Amino acid sequence: MWKFIHKFSSPKYYYEWSGKWVTWIGGLTLITMLIGLYWGLVIAPTDYQQGESYRIIFIHVPAAWMSMFVYVVMAVAGFFALVWKTKLSEIVVSECAVIGAVFTALALITGMLWGKPTWGTYWQWDARLTSELILLFLYLGVIAIHSAIEDPRVAAKAASILAIVGIINIPIIHYSVVWWHSLHQPNMEIISESPSMHPSMLYPLLLMAVAFKIYFVWLLTIRMRNEILSRERTTNWVKNVLKEN
Amino acid sequence: MFKAIITVIQRDLLIAVRRRAELMNPILFYVIVVTLFPLGVSPDKSFLSQLAPGVVWVVALLAALISMESIFRQDFDDGSVEQLFLSEHPPTILILGKVIAHWLITGLPMLVIVPVMASLLYIPTQAIQTLFVTLLLGTPILSLIGAIGVALTTGLRGGGILLGLLVLPLYIPVLIFATSAVGAAIDGLEYSGQVAILGAGLILALLLAPLAISASLKISMS
Repeated sequence: MWKFIHKFSSPKYYYEWSGKWVTWIGGLTLITMLIGLYWGLVIAPTDYQQGESYRIIFIHVPAAWMSMFVYVVMAVAGFFALVWKTKLSEIVVSECAVIGAVFTALALITGMLWGKPTWGTYWQWDARLTSELILLFLYLGVIAIHSAIEDPRVAAKAASILAIVGIINIPIIHYSVVWWHSLHQPNMEIISESPSMHPSMLYPLLLMAVAFKIYFVWLLTIRMRNEILSRERTTNWVKNVLKEN
Repeated sequence: MFKAIITVIQRDLLIAVRRRAELMNPILFYVIVVTLFPLGVSPDKSFLSQLAPGVVWVVALLAALISMESIFRQDFDDGSVEQLFLSEHPPTILILGKVIAHWLITGLPMLVIVPVMASLLYIPTQAIQTLFVTLLLGTPILSLIGAIGVALTTGLRGGGILLGLLVLPLYIPVLIFATSAVGAAIDGLEYSGQVAILGAGLILALLLAPLAISASLKISMS
C-alpha cells in the first residue's frame, strides 16, 4: 500500500493515470449535473412559502457544502505536504485554495440572490452568511500567501501551514459567530433553509451535491494536470508528452 | 529549559529597553486611532458608550497586528532565528519565550492605556475591570496567532498588508468573545462564560501556536 501511495504521489505517474480518467469524470459531471438541474429546476414542486425562488438552493446548498469540504481536503493535503513532502499534495493545496474560494463566492452570491426576494435584502448579518464570508477570507489568505512566495514548493508549504491553522480555527470561528449572532440579534429568526425537506426536493438536492463533488474532482484533476505540466516543464517526460500532442 | 526561556525573554526585553522610542509607538497609535472615532462618528455620550467595546477592541486588534511585525524582523535579518533552531533546547520553547517577551513589550502597555481610553469613550466604570480582564486574556492570543502570520511573511515583500489578510480572520473569535463580555458587563449581566472561553482559547493558543510558528519559521528560512 505504501508503495502504491509513493508511486501515486509522483507527478508523472499521476499525470499518466489521471489522463485515462479525466474525460470520464468530465462526462459523469455533465450527466449528473444535467439530471440534477432538470430534476431540481423543472420537475421538483414549487415551494408554497417561497415560490420559485427557492430553486436556487439546488446550486447554493451544494456550493456551500463544497466550500467547507474543499477546505478540509486542502488542510489534509497540506498535512501530507508538510509531513511527507509529496509534490502532488503541494499542488492539491494550491489548486484547492482557488477552487474552494470560487465555491465559497458562489455560495455567497447565490445566497444573496436568494435573500433579496426572501428576506427583502441582499445582505443580512446572519451567522451562516457571516461565517461563510470569513471562510472566503481564509481562502483568500491562503491564495495570497501562496502567490506572495515565488518558489512554488516553499509557497505550498506556507499555504499548508495556514490551511491547517485555519482548519483548527474554523469550528471556533463558526461557533463564535453563531453565538455572536444569537447575542446581538435575538429576534431575527429567519426561515430555515431546509425545514425537513420533502423528498421531492431533497433527492434532487442530494443529486446536485453528488454532482458538485464529482465536478470538484474533475476540476481539481484538470487544474492539477495543468500545474504539473507547468512545474515539470523542464523534464524530459513533459517534453515527450507535449511532442506527442 | 526554563532557564533558556528566561534568557530569551531577558535578551528581547533588553533590546527593547535600549530602543526606548519604539516602545511608545503602539500606545501612541492606539491613542490616536481611538481619538478618531469621536471625531469621525459622533461625540455623543450615549452613542459612544454603545460603540465603545467594539472600538476599544478593534483598535487593539489593529495595534497588535501592527506591532507584531517587529517580532522576528531583526532576528531574521541578523541570523538569530537560525540560532534558535541550532540550540540544544526545543525551538518551540524558545519561540514561546520570544512571543512572551514581545507581548510584555507591546501587549502589556496596552493593558494600561486601554482602560484610560475606554473611560474617554464613556465605558461605565463597572465594565472597565471586565475590559482589563479580556485584554489580559485576549492580547496574548493575538500575539501568538499573529506570530504565526509574521513567521510566514517575514522576508517577503509587502509583508505588512499580507499579514493583515492572513491573521485578521483568525482574530475574529477573540473580538467576538471579548466585546460581548464587555457588553454584558456594561448591561450588568453575567460575563464569566465569555471570559472562560477566552481563557480556554489562550491555553489552546499557548499549546499549538509555538508549533505552527516554528514550522513557519523553518519554511521562511529555506
